[in-house]
Amino acid sequence: MLSIFFKRLLLAIPVLIVVASITFFLVRLAPGGPFDAEKAVSEQVMKNLNEVYNLNAPLSEQYFDYMSGVLVGDFGPSFRFPGRSVTELIMTGLPVTFELAIYSMLIALFIGVLSGVIAALKRNTFLDYIPMSIAMIGICVPTFLLGPLLVLIFGINLELLPVSGWDQLPGDKILPSITLGFAYAAYIARLSRGGMLEILNQDFIRTARAKGLSETRVITKHAMQGGLIPVVSFLGPAVAGLLAGSFVVETIFQIPGLGRFYVEAAFNRDYTMILGTTIFFSFMIVVFNLLSDMLALWLNPRSRDV
Amino acid sequence: MKYLVLILSFFLISCSSSKSPVDLAVESKVFHYGNGTEPQGLDPHIVTGVPEHHLLLALCEGLTSSNPRGGESLPGSASSWTVSEDGKTYTFYLQENGKWSNGDPVTANDFVWSWERILTASLGSQYPDMLYSVVNAEEFHTGLISDFSMVGVRAINEDVLQVTLKEPTPFFLGLLSHYSTWPVHKPTVLEHGSIDDRNGQWTRPGNFVCNGPFNLKSWELNKKIVVEKNPLYWDANIVELNEIHFYPISNEMTEERMFRAGQLHVTNTFPSNKCEPDIQEKNPNLQIHPYMGTYFYRFNTKNEALKDVRVRKALAYSIDRKKIVESVTRCGQIPAYSFTPPGSNGFFPDTKIPFDVELAKSLLKDAGYESGESFPVLEILFNTSEGHRKVALAIQQMWQQNLGINVELVNQDWKVYLSREMIGDFQVSRAGWIGDYEDPNTFLDTLRPNRGNNKTGWDNYEFDNLLIKANATLDTEERYKILMEAERLLIDEMPIAPIYTYVRVYQLHEDVKGWYPNILSHHHPKYLRIEND
Repeated sequence: MLSIFFKRLLLAIPVLIVVASITFFLVRLAPGGPFDAEKAVSEQVMKNLNEVYNLNAPLSEQYFDYMSGVLVGDFGPSFRFPGRSVTELIMTGLPVTFELAIYSMLIALFIGVLSGVIAALKRNTFLDYIPMSIAMIGICVPTFLLGPLLVLIFGINLELLPVSGWDQLPGDKILPSITLGFAYAAYIARLSRGGMLEILNQDFIRTARAKGLSETRVITKHAMQGGLIPVVSFLGPAVAGLLAGSFVVETIFQIPGLGRFYVEAAFNRDYTMILGTTIFFSFMIVVFNLLSDMLALWLNPRSRDV
Repeated sequence: MKYLVLILSFFLISCSSSKSPVDLAVESKVFHYGNGTEPQGLDPHIVTGVPEHHLLLALCEGLTSSNPRGGESLPGSASSWTVSEDGKTYTFYLQENGKWSNGDPVTANDFVWSWERILTASLGSQYPDMLYSVVNAEEFHTGLISDFSMVGVRAINEDVLQVTLKEPTPFFLGLLSHYSTWPVHKPTVLEHGSIDDRNGQWTRPGNFVCNGPFNLKSWELNKKIVVEKNPLYWDANIVELNEIHFYPISNEMTEERMFRAGQLHVTNTFPSNKCEPDIQEKNPNLQIHPYMGTYFYRFNTKNEALKDVRVRKALAYSIDRKKIVESVTRCGQIPAYSFTPPGSNGFFPDTKIPFDVELAKSLLKDAGYESGESFPVLEILFNTSEGHRKVALAIQQMWQQNLGINVELVNQDWKVYLSREMIGDFQVSRAGWIGDYEDPNTFLDTLRPNRGNNKTGWDNYEFDNLLIKANATLDTEERYKILMEAERLLIDEMPIAPIYTYVRVYQLHEDVKGWYPNILSHHHPKYLRIEND
């Protein structure tokens, strides 16, 4: 298992280099530059700015300069925020986005697994239909609708929770975490229901029951271990998705996370910031996919030999 | 599960009983400010935007200071000034007790060094032209001279600064209200980098030293910036707020919800789709005031069809501006019949742009387009925004119906739009211009030949000469006559078609006092108060 882990980790290096290179040239192909603004700057000023950021050099030279910087962990200065390095900006936004992702994932897992397992156990009853219908709604309702809706109800009408912010007012983390977690809870509910239904029909479950084990023990000890494998495989891409896709929730709730930096960097043509965040997110996606694959292998002994 | 519900309910109840930040502010004197986007930085010689301006008004101060009610500048770092008879020499007398936030006195040499800094080409400042009216400033910036002592700014002594201008520039005091002309603390800047270091760390909390009514307390990226009262400020007695919290909120809906939940005293903007219902419901917090900005359409005068002034006039005359503000923008905007907004420092242009379809048709016919069908397909370029799209759709319809020409809409991402405008790859493009200082020159100057912001290809030297003449005229009445002539010439040539004058639309909490509407929308925080009626 360890050798698989290291092999996969080594494979990630060329993937990241390709992602970085493609992004580097793609952003340069996009029309408009980091210093274009409604109030046009004079040619002299543009020349000065390009010199300051070495944008006058041939593109190949800039590419090798950049890549050699990345190798030693230097993502360069941000063009949009003079005086701040891309690494600093990522490190500022990451803990917040990470915290948001963890809370959302916990909410998603709690709601998702609980309702999925109950639905599987009480198949074709109201306890199956109701959670699964809510799950379907959760998958269909986008966060940009759910977020403002929750804010309207709990923030403005009931005045129970703050409408925005992160670590500023008590309770301001509740609504964003629920908003972001809800869509994932819906997926997890459907996945765990499917997984559980498959397992519950297996012979070993019947054997366990025949041996006289309590139903709780049959479910928690035997059925869930196999039934939740699809959920575990989904966790890797889900966490990566939560990290990279929190932009909407961050904007709605005014959260100082990484998602906002990422999207705004693209609008601002902040070349180094686009590259830095893209490389970082690619790395995250690779790592979380790897981790969830490892976890699935560990849970499912049959696939270890493959 | 039972415990979880219990904990959650307890938590929710405990939240609901707390007072909102705005309620608490009556006691704490903490002002909560919705400030648009995350500021690029706090270095007055490098940043360029409006959110940065709001922050710098609190943190630093130039020779003059914005009048909270608009109009004439008030004393800032300079307590008084004199102007020579020829209007070319300004002598500024600095405040006797002017101090930097670390206790150092503010001296005339600080200004000399700061102006040297912004004019140093390798700093890459985007606003050096604010000082181009100073003798040899442009020459120093473009590298024609390298000795800064030849530039027309010098310290007569510690407290007296003398500035010599190339031409009498009647709006020079207005230029000084722009942050690019403000001083920075030399020892602090040099401690964290060189004179031309864009990435110096001197603007970080703990390092930051400036001379405004507030000090930088903390700065959390994308979250908030806190400034606190500066006891060393020369006019500290007048400052009533203890702190200002600036929140970068890029989403107008989020900002509106925050205002409703009592998290903000003032918003930066207001959702346009809520504007009309809120006007009807008489939302007491909604503020709508004329703003020194014009929304207009640029014509590319290098284009085969648009190089004919009759075509440009036909297009401009077939736009029903009243209908656009009443049915499309619907938020108090004012139809524009001149490029310079009326009321810019007492300047009221008398130009007219009729909505006359028959006249427009005959102009188009005179230009050789008998029917609209023979006219080439016209493209309107605009950047992604629901507001711009709606206006473009309305104008497309007006041109198609009134002139019978085919019009296509081209929607581009902001930077693509800017780059297409810059290289002249457009026929008609939507544009907006907000004045940097309160004078008609900030508008008319942009359309002079060779100005980067012209972008229309229109190079009229008669217009250029009128502006040069106006800048050399000291008497305001006489000067405005010349500028009026320029404005008439501009509207007669129509390289741009003004559509409407902007209004500032935002929400202001009723506890806020000392906030007066003014055309530049400059609200100096040192005059703000929070009082519960």
